[in-house]
Amino acid sequence: MTTLRYQQQSFELKAGQSVLDCLAGHGVPVPHSCRAGVCQTCLMRATAGNPPAASQAGLKDSLKLANYFLACVCEPKTDLTVALPDDAQSSIHAIVRKLELLNHDIMRVELETSLPLYYRAGQFINLVHDSIHVRSYSIASVPRLDKHIQLHVRRLPQGRVSGWIHEELQIGQNIEIRGPAGDCIYVPGKSEQALLLIGTGSGLAPLYGILRDALDRGHSGPIRLFHGSRDLHGLYLIDELRELERRFPNFAYYPCLSGANVPPGYTSGRVHEAALRETPALKGWRVFLCGHPDMVKITRKKAFLAGASMQDIQADAFNVSHA
Amino acid sequence: MTDKPSLAAWYDEKYGKKPAPSLFEQLGGEAAVNAAVDIFYRKVLNDERINRFFEDVDMDKQAAKQKAFLTMAFGGPHHYTGLDMRRGHARLVEQGLDDSHFDAVVENLAATLTELGVPAGLIGQVAAIAESTRNDVLGR
Repeated sequence: MTTLRYQQQSFELKAGQSVLDCLAGHGVPVPHSCRAGVCQTCLMRATAGNPPAASQAGLKDSLKLANYFLACVCEPKTDLTVALPDDAQSSIHAIVRKLELLNHDIMRVELETSLPLYYRAGQFINLVHDSIHVRSYSIASVPRLDKHIQLHVRRLPQGRVSGWIHEELQIGQNIEIRGPAGDCIYVPGKSEQALLLIGTGSGLAPLYGILRDALDRGHSGPIRLFHGSRDLHGLYLIDELRELERRFPNFAYYPCLSGANVPPGYTSGRVHEAALRETPALKGWRVFLCGHPDMVKITRKKAFLAGASMQDIQADAFNVSHA
Repeated sequence: MTDKPSLAAWYDEKYGKKPAPSLFEQLGGEAAVNAAVDIFYRKVLNDERINRFFEDVDMDKQAAKQKAFLTMAFGGPHHYTGLDMRRGHARLVEQGLDDSHFDAVVENLAATLTELGVPAGLIGQVAAIAESTRNDVLGR
């Protein structure tokens, strides 16, 4: 008999029954669509036990390594404890160690966790304000380089959580976080591969982490970072990125401004247009897209049409909830 | 004296004749589908004759559909029925999907396989499987 565990409940899996069917049969809502192991809507994660290889077919390597699987085609022969991607790890405590404005509306938040948190730059954590208000923030820090977990929090108009972070959060305060999750990360092993990083606003956070992770691991292929905003005060970390550009000949930094006033040393135009203008042929490149959902969606298609393989396009769209 | 053919014949005699590999196996199975889906989908999106039928759709879902289609055309395991084909394309037929568009897709499929170095005989078999869905896809 095979046992399926979800949260504090245990269910018996019938022969030939999928994890999705078993959970749905017990009233556990799991998002799903194709029921054929293709659409990946029913992505879940095994927190104990091993999902069968067939339930991981088609997933990116980084997800496979993290024991993600597709519930609709997962028929485990041995016991499995599963979680939805966003409740994979229960929350842990973190202490706010640093708060620093990076520009007029983006705050660098540094957190020290009570227990060691194993994460990769570019993943995200969920920051818990209260039981209803939980927000995802990308991780800008690299475990080997940075003492604390670093987030870049953009203040949104009427943003419940971002407003709290910008106005009320204090150094030394104890907060609750969940995660990490996400697979928008630098995968070592192809150090000659060319990397294209495109981000808007605080979408720089994961890219800044991925960039430094790659450089620190001795990535030898070209790395191009395009960070865009409308005007100059929307950009940040400019000096540090220019310094990295001087130190690493394979790294090029393109601060892009879509507004009318473009000083020397800055690239004119919208960030994804500038990136594809400078890098029109993307065959063999690995592409990271972070920030505004429309930019991510458009650029994903354009990067693919420019020759990047679908498996080599990592996208992290910052969807904004208005609660 | 044993050379390879006679050894194969000896094994055939000993264990029974090995079944001929299926089309899907000859093409390289799921790995071949994965190699083809990128090239094929890019060709389709770049093809002015048909890309309007593929616009405004979620790229992940669209790629998954292309993969399912290629698996079927490669003779691989699939669960499509003629009815699925009809339902899945009914909206596109309303938008004007016709034989010329179907031909263009088959053309892109063949060009993809040529690019991957697949022998002409196998390409013909794949095209024949794709062809067998024509009337269902076009709702006839």
